[in-house]
Parts: sequence; structure tokens; C-alpha cells
Amino acid sequence: MTAHDETQPGGIPGDVPIPGEPATSARVPDADHEGKGVIHVVHLYPREMSIYGDLGNTRAIAARIRRHGYVPVVHQHHPGGEFPEQAHLILGGGGQDSGQVRVEDDLERIADRLRSMADAGTPMLMICGMYQLFGNAFITVEGKRLPGLGILDVTTQGNAKRMIGPVVLSTDFGDVVGYENHSGSTTLGDGQAPFGTVRAGQGNNGTDRTEGARTGNVIGSYLHGPILPANPALADALIGYAAKLATGRPFEPVPQDDGLADEARTRQVRRLVKR
Amino acid sequence: MVRTRAAVVAGKAARMASRLRGGGSALPGLVAERVDPGFLAHALSRVSDGIVVVSGTNGKTTTTKMLVAVLRAHGRTVFTNPTGSNFTRGVISSMLGELPLHGRLRADLAVLELDEAHALKFAATVKPTHALLLNVARDQLDRFAEIDHTAGLLASLAEQTTQGVVLNLDDSFISRIRDRVASGVSVTWFGVDESIADRLPELQEQDVRFEDDFTPPTAGPDDGLLKPHDERSFSILFGENGSAAVGPLELQQRGLAAMINATAATTTARSLLGTCFDPRVAAEALAAVTPPFGRGEVVMVDGQPLELVLVKNPAGFTVALGTYGSTPVATMVAINDNYADGRDVSWLYDVSFESLRDRGVSVTSGVRGYDMALRLSYDDVTVDAVETDLDRALDAFLARHPDEPKRIFCTYTAMMALRRTLAARYDLPDIGEEAK
Repeated sequence: MTAHDETQPGGIPGDVPIPGEPATSARVPDADHEGKGVIHVVHLYPREMSIYGDLGNTRAIAARIRRHGYVPVVHQHHPGGEFPEQAHLILGGGGQDSGQVRVEDDLERIADRLRSMADAGTPMLMICGMYQLFGNAFITVEGKRLPGLGILDVTTQGNAKRMIGPVVLSTDFGDVVGYENHSGSTTLGDGQAPFGTVRAGQGNNGTDRTEGARTGNVIGSYLHGPILPANPALADALIGYAAKLATGRPFEPVPQDDGLADEARTRQVRRLVKR
Repeated sequence: MVRTRAAVVAGKAARMASRLRGGGSALPGLVAERVDPGFLAHALSRVSDGIVVVSGTNGKTTTTKMLVAVLRAHGRTVFTNPTGSNFTRGVISSMLGELPLHGRLRADLAVLELDEAHALKFAATVKPTHALLLNVARDQLDRFAEIDHTAGLLASLAEQTTQGVVLNLDDSFISRIRDRVASGVSVTWFGVDESIADRLPELQEQDVRFEDDFTPPTAGPDDGLLKPHDERSFSILFGENGSAAVGPLELQQRGLAAMINATAATTTARSLLGTCFDPRVAAEALAAVTPPFGRGEVVMVDGQPLELVLVKNPAGFTVALGTYGSTPVATMVAINDNYADGRDVSWLYDVSFESLRDRGVSVTSGVRGYDMALRLSYDDVTVDAVETDLDRALDAFLARHPDEPKRIFCTYTAMMALRRTLAARYDLPDIGEEAK
């Protein structure tokens, strides 16, 4: 477990352990062990920005890539580190204010790379704090405007009140369940599609029943849970986009047994959605 | 005065009524608080030698119990809130059983277990003379929102403490609080000896705030350091080169976390008792402490031990798996998502369950039993059955493993429900009462 956590050259802290992932997770396979293709996954700022179990998304993606017969290479991008040369799927999570402050400079440094990858159709899933940073701006309670990447046309206003609780959404990927915990209130720009429609919970702002944002293959959402294990249709959609990008061929999925995930999800829907 | 008397009578009546119903421990406190808002300050006004608040994320109940045991073994009368209802009203409720009608408690010391937010509410009414701050970890983020915020609450508690604080040397969220205490207030440290410093990461939270000029403290002669000798035996080192050690001793409760709790409790007792502190008396008292319910409590079921282990956050669950991992037994995991459990179950993905892989898990249960099974599947841990109903899951678990030791990891409300069922069938002390 401690094998991951070695300091890299230049004083950049090493990788954090991702529960369940093998220690060789970041290794590129030999040419004769590539399966249907190698998919490079990048988790942005795992130390600073994955407070509510969001590393579970990366574990779910890597495990499912294997189950579909592909081979994942899981990269962790840390502040000050070199962004991986190959990246087919990018994940980011939520953090505390102190974590958010620590990644801002680095995010600006890699901003152009992320924008061009988003334009080229690279799937990205940004949760909570990273969702806010992918928007146009975050306006603090005191009225200070902190610019974001602008990949998603959303603006977030700091709030004294937190929106906390379980959530059910209708999305392009079917019902999605998760847990929100945010003080920012997010508004979509004109023409910006949401990720989903709120059936239970608060969503972006507690008023317009939108949750998250989606532009092309880039998805932002407030949902922890973490979101992917209980919503495998969303996980497989992201893997499908990434597989095509990585191999140049259409995604060749293997049928999965998602019985536990389906039970977990449908039970939450039944508990939370008032009919 | 009349008002206080009315509050005591009303509170005692409510306490009696709630006992008869077998119900919650905070209601009588609420009644007394409504009748006389100054109740708590008045009741504690004659406690002469100190009002000690124990706070932090993990280990409050165990540490409080150990601290009280060591102080009582030294002949002190101690008031405490033993029910684990660590809210201000719970404190008042447990007080009502001991109060004379003039409403002032007769005790040398009060040792109170309070969570971070309620410790501050308490301090707003009664300034603690001493505070023992254990650690900060992710716990019920839906209540406290952020670790930084939680650490801030504890710092504020330390600022309001009037005589002495005892801080965790190895938890930088806690050790930073050193700079926040008022002048004239003593700072004492507890921590681990450098021989086991490499085991700290499994016990605590990553602190991402570096880039400042914080220098970690070093231990002096009055600070207590844990030195384990093997899995069960340890000493607590004080003095120059450990010349005034407590131990070697063994606790009834297993694991490194319990040893650290004992170190925290002993360091605090030593600073409270001064020259009256006797290392031999302390070691004997610690060795006699039974685990609080749900913290490794063992119930004998048809001749086989069934262990109940409370889990409530990633650090605690990781420690529990590490503690019990060396003796794998038939395992059940029960996860509820009520307020007292933490409503967000995301934290299960910050725990590694690989130590359960060889043996597998027999049953997962609770409202989020399927989410737990799904979590385990991502660590390649097999699950034989999912049964969300706790009683049915318990029956299935006991039936599957009749002739072997068993263990249940469970969240708070799942534990309360399971314990209620077990108490109805087997010989168990009532919740909140001690086995004699």
C-alpha cells in the first residue's frame, strides 16, 4: 500500500493508493498483452480532489475496462506533474476549499490541453469541485470572481447554505443515483445541456431541476456515491467513447452481470422518488 | 434555585419515563434544559478538580472510559456520560440520575465525551478546564461538511479551555492547535514512539495543507508515547528515555487504535493527577477496562463468540479491518444510512477490503446492503448473500456458521438494532449499562 506513495523527482508527491486497484495499475502492458486495446485513464489531483470516495469512480472504470477485454493504464496527475502523453478518459472529483486552492495554478497550466482534448471528443467525468472548476467561473460569497476552464458553460455562485442529500436523476443513461454535498449554486448558460433532470434532491441550484452539465462527451455533476459503481450504464458509455478514441474501432463490449448495481440503484429510486 | 429544583424534578421524571419506555437517552436532558437553561453550568459549579472534555473523530467513547477508569482507580470521584450519547443533552440526562435536588453535582472531576460541534455548544455554557483532542478524520461529512471545518471546531474548543490541553502529536490537524491555546494554558502531547511511526498512515487522514512553516512538535518528559512490544502488549513511555513508563500491559480491547486511546487517556490522567499519578495503578485500571459496547464487544452465541465492531468512517473501518485481519472469521457487514450512520455511503470506497478477500463475506445487510455488496465486488471479495432486513440477515448468518467464531462490522443504527435483537435472545448488558 505504501509502495505507491513515493515522492517523484522534483518534490512532486507520488501516487495515492486506489482501493482495489492492483499496484501495477499505472504500468503500460507489453505489446502481446494489450487485449482489445489499451485505454489510458487519467485521474486529476487524486490527493487534493477526491474526498468523498471519488477514487471509486476510477476503480470502477479500470475494473470494467478489464471486464470488457481491454487493458487500462491508470495515470494520476498531481500538481506540478507532467500530464500523461496519452489520455483517453479523464476523471476528477470533489475537494475541500484547501484542496481546490492547491490545484488552481496547475489547472491553468494544463488548461489548453484539456480544452483541446474536450473538443476532440475525449470523455471526461468531473464531480463536484472539479465540475465547478470546469465551468466559466466560481463567484465567492464575498463576490470575488475566480475564473474556471470554461469547458462547460456554467457559473457557480458561492452560498451560505449547503445542498446535501441523496439524489435521483433522469439522464441520457437512464436513472442515475448518487449523493450531493455542495454549497455552490450552479446556473447553466443559454443552450448548455444539463447532465440530468432532478427527480429527488436539489441538483445544480435547487430551483430549476437541472443537475450537472454535458457538452459532447464531457460530463460535470455534483453526484458522489461514487457515481459510477451504482450507475454502470454511465460508466460503460464513458468507456465506449474512450475505447473508440484509443483503438479507432467501435467499442466491443462484453455483456456484464450488473445485478448488484441494478438492485442498489433501483432500491434508491424506489425509496426517494415520490410518486 | 426554585427553577433549578423544578428542572431537576422535571428531568428526573422524564428520565424515569424514558427508562420505562426503554427509549432514548437525550430526552430527559432536553426537558431539564427547557426548564432551566443555566442548568448545566449550575450543576457543574461544584466540580472542584476539573471539567475535562474529550473530543475528536475516532475513539472518544473508548478513551473516555479509560480516562475515567484511571482517575477512579486513583480514588477520585468522577462524573461522566457513559451512554455514548455524546451530546450536551445526553450529558444532562446522565447527570440527572446523580443529582441531589439542589442541582449541584458532587464529584471531583467531570469527564465528558462530546463530538466536535456539541463540544462547542457545551463550552458556550461551561468553559472546560481541560480538553483532550484525539484526531480529525472524515466522518459524517453531511454533518460537518469538511475536515478543515471539523479541525476548526476543535481549535475553537482549545481556545476556550482554561487550564490544559492534551493534543495528538502525530495528527497535524490536532498538533497545529498548539498555536491556538491561550497563554498560561499547558499543552501536553500523546503520540506513538518512533519504532511504530510507519504504521501511522493506516490510522489517519491525509493532510493536504502543506506549504506553510509549521514545525511538528517533539515529545518532552511529561508527554506520553506508545511503544508496543507485540500484538497485545505495550508500554506508555514518560520521563527521560521512558524512565517513568506505564506498563507493560495488555488491554481487553484489541488493536493499535485502542493502544493509542490508552496512551491519550493515560497522558491526560497523569497531567490531571500530577504527583498523585501512580503508573502501577494506571496500568491495572487500563487492563481491567472492558470494551464499550460495539467496540469489539463479544456476545456468546450458542457457545461461539460473535464480535460486534462499529464502523463509521474510512479511518475507523480501515483500522478495524487491520486489527481483526490477523484472525479472519465468518463475517457479516451491515450498512445503514440514517443520520447517525452518515447518510452518504461514498466513504466505503475509501476503504480497502482486500483483507476480506481470502475468506469472503457471508452476508451484507442494512438499508444499503446491496451497495456494500457492490463495493466488495470491486475489491474482488465474494459475498454469499445480501439480505437488507437486519434480523433475517442475522438469522441467516448464525445459521450458516453455527460452530465457528463470527464478526459483524456495522454502522451505528445497524448495531443498535442488531444488539437489541441479540439482547432479547442472549445474555447481554443493557445498552448504556456496564457488565459487572
